[in-house]
Amino acid sequence: MKKSYLITPFIFLCIIGLSLAFPPTNQAEVATKKASISDTEVKPQQDKQASLAAFDEMMKVVMHKRCMNCHPSDDFPRQGEDSHLHYFGIQRGKDGHGLPAAKCGTCHQSENNDFSGVPGAPHWHLAPRSMGWQGLSKAEVGAALLDKSKNGDRSLEDIVKHITEDPLVLWVFNPGLNHEGTPREAPPISKEDYIKAVKKWAETGAHLPQ
Amino acid sequence: MTISFKINGKAQTVEVDGQTPLLWVIRDLLNLKGTKFGCGQAACGACTIHVNGEAVRSCSYAVKFAADKEITTIEGLSPSEEQLHPVQQAWIDEIVPQCGYCQPGFMMATAALLNKNPNPTDEDIDNSIINICRCATYYRMRKAIHRAAKLTQANMSASTNQEETTSETH
Repeated sequence: MKKSYLITPFIFLCIIGLSLAFPPTNQAEVATKKASISDTEVKPQQDKQASLAAFDEMMKVVMHKRCMNCHPSDDFPRQGEDSHLHYFGIQRGKDGHGLPAAKCGTCHQSENNDFSGVPGAPHWHLAPRSMGWQGLSKAEVGAALLDKSKNGDRSLEDIVKHITEDPLVLWVFNPGLNHEGTPREAPPISKEDYIKAVKKWAETGAHLPQ
Repeated sequence: MTISFKINGKAQTVEVDGQTPLLWVIRDLLNLKGTKFGCGQAACGACTIHVNGEAVRSCSYAVKFAADKEITTIEGLSPSEEQLHPVQQAWIDEIVPQCGYCQPGFMMATAALLNKNPNPTDEDIDNSIINICRCATYYRMRKAIHRAAKLTQANMSASTNQEETTSETH
């Protein structure tokens, strides 16, 4: 009897001691911790890869000649499938809308004219000089898109809205017929896929290739 | 489609397919033959008119866009039948036309240029007046444009002086 009285408190003290030395762990908490560590290690990498893939996809449109022809790095628009200098020596002018009597709107209206072969879309004009893309790499164009000092002080959200909703930008998917009645070349992906790619790129961090 | 606009200060309403080039409406429906058809591709400028004061190639301008706008053709360029526009006067003074076919377009383009730039340099003229003349009257046109600029300024000074005299009299 006496022995059993001694053993019981001893076991009790051992249990307390062990519990202090090795506090009980919550299995769910451990699992969460593991998952979050795993996320921080893997998800950004996955996002970056997804973002870069989406960037490549959207740039098939952004750097297509239909866009690039009016994003010159100098003051002269280009035209045609070979991006030659715009005929008649057309120039940017002070506001990107051309010169008096030779404004963009002298010939280009708010929609394509498939009878004359003159393309058109609302507010047809040249992109500002700061958004001149000719001669730039994909990454450089992407950087310019995100650079507020060049992109008209637009946030990423503004840029996404601009390049997925502006009718002049989206004209690229409906470029009409040229003066010979031949359809102008459109980008290799659909408008829907382009918009999806732009949004995916932005949502996944708007990463740019190095 | 019913489309109403003002042409040379006069209200007009036409019933026509909205895609019809404004040039056809001007020439064939409104019988104003001064504006010419050249290339039909907005390239040569023979069909240049003004829409709300801006030079426009009417062969490539669907009439539906003209709704509620002010259109001026070569027939309406001068302020009255008795008084020539400075550009018309200068064209006569410098004996610019050869065959003359493209000249209305050139004069309308020049008037649009002078509205924005009353004293253009040779470079301004070369950059802004991009119409095509197969008789190559460009050299005489350039002289006429400078002359038109001077005439416009002289007219403005004369009208300012007249206004000052009138206000002093009253």
